Amino acid sequence: MSINESLAQGSNILIYGAMTAYTFAMGSFAISLAKGRRIESLEDSATRVSSASVQVRKGATLTLNNPAVSTSLSSTERLGEGRRSGNIGMSLTWLATILLAGGLIFRGISANRLPWGNMYEFSIATAFSVSLAFCLMSLNRDLRWLGLFIVMPILLDLGLAITVLYTESAQLVPALDSYLLAIHVTAAIICMGAFTVGAALSALYLVAARVEERIADGQKPGRSGGLARRLPPSDRLDLMAYRIHAFMFPLWTFAVIAGAIWAEAAWGRYWGWDPKETWAFITWVIYAAYLHARATAGWRGRKAALVCLLGFATIMFNYFVVNIYVNGLHSYSGVN
Amino acid sequence: MAWLRWIWRQLTSMRIALILLFLLALASVPGSLFPQRGTSPFKVSQYLRDHPFAGPILDRLSLFDVFASPWFAAIYLLLFISLAGCVLPRTLEHAKEVFRKPPAAPRNLSRLPAHVQWFSNVSAEQVVQETAREWKKSRWRVRSEGEWVAAEKGYSRETGNLFFHLSLLVVLVAVGFGGAVGFKGTVIVREGSGFANNVTQYDTFSPGRMFNLENLAPFSFKLKDFVAKYQIGGTQNGAARAFRADVSVRDVPTSTPRPVQVKVNEPLRISGTTVYLVGHGYAPTFTLRDSKGNLIWKDSAIFLPQDGNFTSTGVVKAPDTVPQIGLQGFFVPTVTSDFSGGPLSIFPDANNPQVFMSAWAGDLGLDNGIAQSVYKLETAKMTRIGIEELKPGESWKLPKGHGTLEFSGFKEWASFSITQDPGKGWALGASILAIIGLSLSLLIPRRRMWLRATPQDDGSTLFEVAGLSKTEAPGLLDQVSKFAEQIKQHAPEVVDVD
Ligand code: HEM
Repeated sequence: MSINESLAQGSNILIYGAMTAYTFAMGSFAISLAKGRRIESLEDSATRVSSASVQVRKGATLTLNNPAVSTSLSSTERLGEGRRSGNIGMSLTWLATILLAGGLIFRGISANRLPWGNMYEFSIATAFSVSLAFCLMSLNRDLRWLGLFIVMPILLDLGLAITVLYTESAQLVPALDSYLLAIHVTAAIICMGAFTVGAALSALYLVAARVEERIADGQKPGRSGGLARRLPPSDRLDLMAYRIHAFMFPLWTFAVIAGAIWAEAAWGRYWGWDPKETWAFITWVIYAAYLHARATAGWRGRKAALVCLLGFATIMFNYFVVNIYVNGLHSYSGVN
Repeated sequence: MAWLRWIWRQLTSMRIALILLFLLALASVPGSLFPQRGTSPFKVSQYLRDHPFAGPILDRLSLFDVFASPWFAAIYLLLFISLAGCVLPRTLEHAKEVFRKPPAAPRNLSRLPAHVQWFSNVSAEQVVQETAREWKKSRWRVRSEGEWVAAEKGYSRETGNLFFHLSLLVVLVAVGFGGAVGFKGTVIVREGSGFANNVTQYDTFSPGRMFNLENLAPFSFKLKDFVAKYQIGGTQNGAARAFRADVSVRDVPTSTPRPVQVKVNEPLRISGTTVYLVGHGYAPTFTLRDSKGNLIWKDSAIFLPQDGNFTSTGVVKAPDTVPQIGLQGFFVPTVTSDFSGGPLSIFPDANNPQVFMSAWAGDLGLDNGIAQSVYKLETAKMTRIGIEELKPGESWKLPKGHGTLEFSGFKEWASFSITQDPGKGWALGASILAIIGLSLSLLIPRRRMWLRATPQDDGSTLFEVAGLSKTEAPGLLDQVSKFAEQIKQHAPEVVDVD
């Protein structure tokens, strides 16, 4: 089976188109963020959240949800200003997502296989997954304040993909030629997309929580005050991050197990501590620790968010460092 | 005794579990950064040679066997003791709870996170009974007394969580059991040759600690043909596209052979043993005759690939002549006219094969009792008598009357990894249970719901519906409002006119 070059060309054009749309989306989201304001004032959030955390610290293990923490996220997080440019940003992000999907489909048809067989394709697919996760989540809540922090990493990822990781469309080496590729890698891509959104939320949580804490202590909001004023209250950010991880952790577990099933068929052992496997395991353990941390007094909040960011860092390490620099059976990056 | 209790309490606390999880992650890191004996023993010896000072120290710390090291084992064993100590009591507690009724309504429902209240002129009793019936019908566990109803839902959250943790224990045991009882072996088979599942036929064989020889299944197979396909042209020129070993298999020595194709992702599974295709290469065929034309040696010698284009090296040893003859050299599947860098192949397929051999005469050193590699020539007691390049079908008259060497062609060989791991089905089953348990644990909301009807002095009734969520799943308020709406159908709200 040969490669259809004009389709591969078309794929590249679509991806450049998506990057253009993301660039404009980034500008729109930046304007929208600058104009927006949260509904609940920083001071009110500070009082509410700090009184909740005092109650939480009394018990050893959390059992019941704290009444002070708002349980419904569907309400509007911010006042209306900046809505217009936020809407433009959202529309452009949808457009870019569709262009990326087109790029992936063309690439897949050009080689007549799933378009995630080397690091270039995997990066494009991950950008698509981040973008789609964000778009889908924005369907039933207002996420315009988050747009900037999603589109920036996407652009970074796509930029790396087309400059450093670019590989011409080609067929697969035999070890990758398996239906388990579809299952294992697809699950991993979905998780990476959602974990990226989760990490962005956790990072923003740290900013908002820090500012609220300073205010509760009677200090000035500090340099991040301006950003915190434009974000939802910290407990909501924390809750949103948690929900993404709680939803995705079983899928990550599944991705690892599907990888083990594939390894069993391809290499003769289901688990061999290959560097890639080892780091997938480390990521899994760290996210398990995150879920535990959120249920452990004294770890909830900032420490848990840091654990979650650590988990994301292990994914990045596995992706950029292990794939390219550490030799193992998984050396399919296609990068020379 | 008191301190034992204290240790146990600490060990089974969430905080220690958390720390052990971090330690486990941290301890895995060196296993990915240093070469590991289990997967790449050659790289470990290389590392030890390159780092004569640091190497042995790292080795003493088990950094080349991280996942079999005592400190790694200590961490995961502690973690699993902690897990058992944490989960078993919770299992008992949960088992009791499943049979208990939900707790009575708290005194002050308005302090719960979701709360709706209204006044109605309907009397309490009937509405309470009706509500209890309805909630029961929508699968809540209900307890009702006098003026209140208490309901709880989502026990499978905790059940799932316990299943998940217990499944992890099963996975650990299955991995340990499979490793102890099973084995791993490798073998290289040339086209036209066969293999019988017998310890002596393996090139390498590593049994688990509790492996029993009688567990070797009596199968055998013959490699009829090996087929490899490569990308032609483009930047990935020469990249492998398909491998296939056509073998004929006998399940037991007396059965008739059946044809099977073994591919990279499609191993041969036979009697609990699995045969994987893991590598391949070339075996050039040589005929060596003495000066009188008598046959000394004729076979295909396994040459090992040295690069992605299968430039391969190997040797032939003919110990039955005086002096003994040794040949070593290169097999190049696709040769070019330009070999400024030595004889190097430019494509993995055998499009233009050629061998570059050097011939040696003297003492092969086979009789001194020291085991020798079959892929290496010991030339200490030999002298080189000449070098020559040959195409298939060409012969070389060895100098000084040492006879003739004919290169008649080549066969391909395939290497197989053969394993038996009786624990793997258990590990897979437990992993699937773990995912199901985990999904229940993280996605099922556990909720409590209450209705209280309090008669007022003016003859009306105050109805309150309130909910509490044990989880952070969304929608508690929606649920409470929905229930309130349903109850209002029996107990319509009255609005104070004044
Ligand atoms: C192999 C190690 C372990 C792994 C991978 C693991 C993983 C998990 C995961 C993924 C959850 C779900 C989190 C949730 O429901 O919010 C969880 C919950 C839980 N784990 Fe573990 N766990 C491990 C060991 C332990 C140990 C040793 C303990 C006891 C100290 C423990 C106690 C708990 C408890 C109490 C929960 C429920 C927390 C809640 O209600 O949110 N786990 N665990």
